[in-house]
Amino acid sequence: MTDSLSDLIACPKCDALHRTPQIAAGAQARCVRCGTVLMAPRNGAMTRIVMLSVTALILMIAAVFFPFLELSVKGLGRKSSVFDAILAFSDGLMLPLSFAVAALIVVLPITRFVALIYVFAPMALGWAPARHARRVFKLAEHIRPWAMAEVFIIGVAVALVKVAGLAQVTLGPAFWAFVGLVIITVLKDNFMCRVTVWQTLNARSLS
Amino acid sequence: MSGNGMANAERAQPVLTARAAGLVGCAECGHVHPLGTQECTVCGSHLVSRDRNSLQRVWAWLFAGMVVYVPANVYPMLRTTTFGHTKESTIVGGVFELMEHGSFAVAFIVFFASVVIPVSKFIAIAYLAWRVQRGKPGTSSHFHLYEVVEFIGRWSMIDVFVVAILSALVQLNFVASIHPGIAAVSFALSVAFTMISANSFDPRLIWDAPEGQKV
Repeated sequence: MTDSLSDLIACPKCDALHRTPQIAAGAQARCVRCGTVLMAPRNGAMTRIVMLSVTALILMIAAVFFPFLELSVKGLGRKSSVFDAILAFSDGLMLPLSFAVAALIVVLPITRFVALIYVFAPMALGWAPARHARRVFKLAEHIRPWAMAEVFIIGVAVALVKVAGLAQVTLGPAFWAFVGLVIITVLKDNFMCRVTVWQTLNARSLS
Repeated sequence: MSGNGMANAERAQPVLTARAAGLVGCAECGHVHPLGTQECTVCGSHLVSRDRNSLQRVWAWLFAGMVVYVPANVYPMLRTTTFGHTKESTIVGGVFELMEHGSFAVAFIVFFASVVIPVSKFIAIAYLAWRVQRGKPGTSSHFHLYEVVEFIGRWSMIDVFVVAILSALVQLNFVASIHPGIAAVSFALSVAFTMISANSFDPRLIWDAPEGQKV
């Protein structure tokens, strides 16, 4: 019973039923009705995801603590880090918003990187998936829309234009770390296909 | 219903759904189980063929998002103090300021992210949920509308981040300082609520034909 059912796959977005296709690494299988990517196996995808997540984690640490932007006008200067941006809302009623901003641009992205490393590192080394790997991967997928590092970078760009007339702004090392972080996050998400990951996780835990 | 001709052409290919085959597909990982199975054996998610209760969550979060969007536009987003003068600006006011400075591209980005995206999201989600409730089968264009709404929602947070960065950066005592206004909170809440609303929507409902509604 389960053998025949595991040959089938239902599109998570539109419920269309497909026979699990046999496709080569690098190719993609899409749902016939809505075009959602169902399978996208790639050679060495897990190793790449782990590498990119580790890189992103290191960049994130640099991005938080190094000076991000420096503002100078008429001899007055002010350096601010990402940490200062988080604390911007920390007076009075705005405090909860401070927590939210911290979560969106730092805490949730970090949680996601750590979760992905935890899930994929053992498998990339050829070991069986770590304990609770499934639960951790599900968490990583739920966090995904809330990790907003790339939105933050566009926000920085807009803020720079607003300040440009008022004062001179210098970009600090943390700014470039953050830009690198965004590029790596986008690359990493392109390597990952949710359905394929679940199938791999399932196959590896059985063996 | 002007789009019907095109819609029918798109639906030419008959599709067997997991539910029509007496099965239930997992919305998380796509694994197929016999109908009535409670929990996915692959990823451990709770299995429902169609999550019709999701519509209540969709409407509830959508209304919450619309309600807090009102103060977000009425109250000031930024309080700028230059040489003792304090000026407050709302979301739309900020867009006009940018245009006065001649930065039309940035004004467009801010206007798009803080006004166009939120408002069209409200309309799009309400429209999709209303269609599902009326039992109207959707087409791939409706599904793509859902995909766009789900993808684009987070980009509305731009303005909140702009306020955070400006308030952190521009603290030059007497010369110039910027403080966040209360609208930043309600705007952030509005974006978050609408994101939850879009995420609670079960996209499989969009495709269903009316006869499937009774199940």
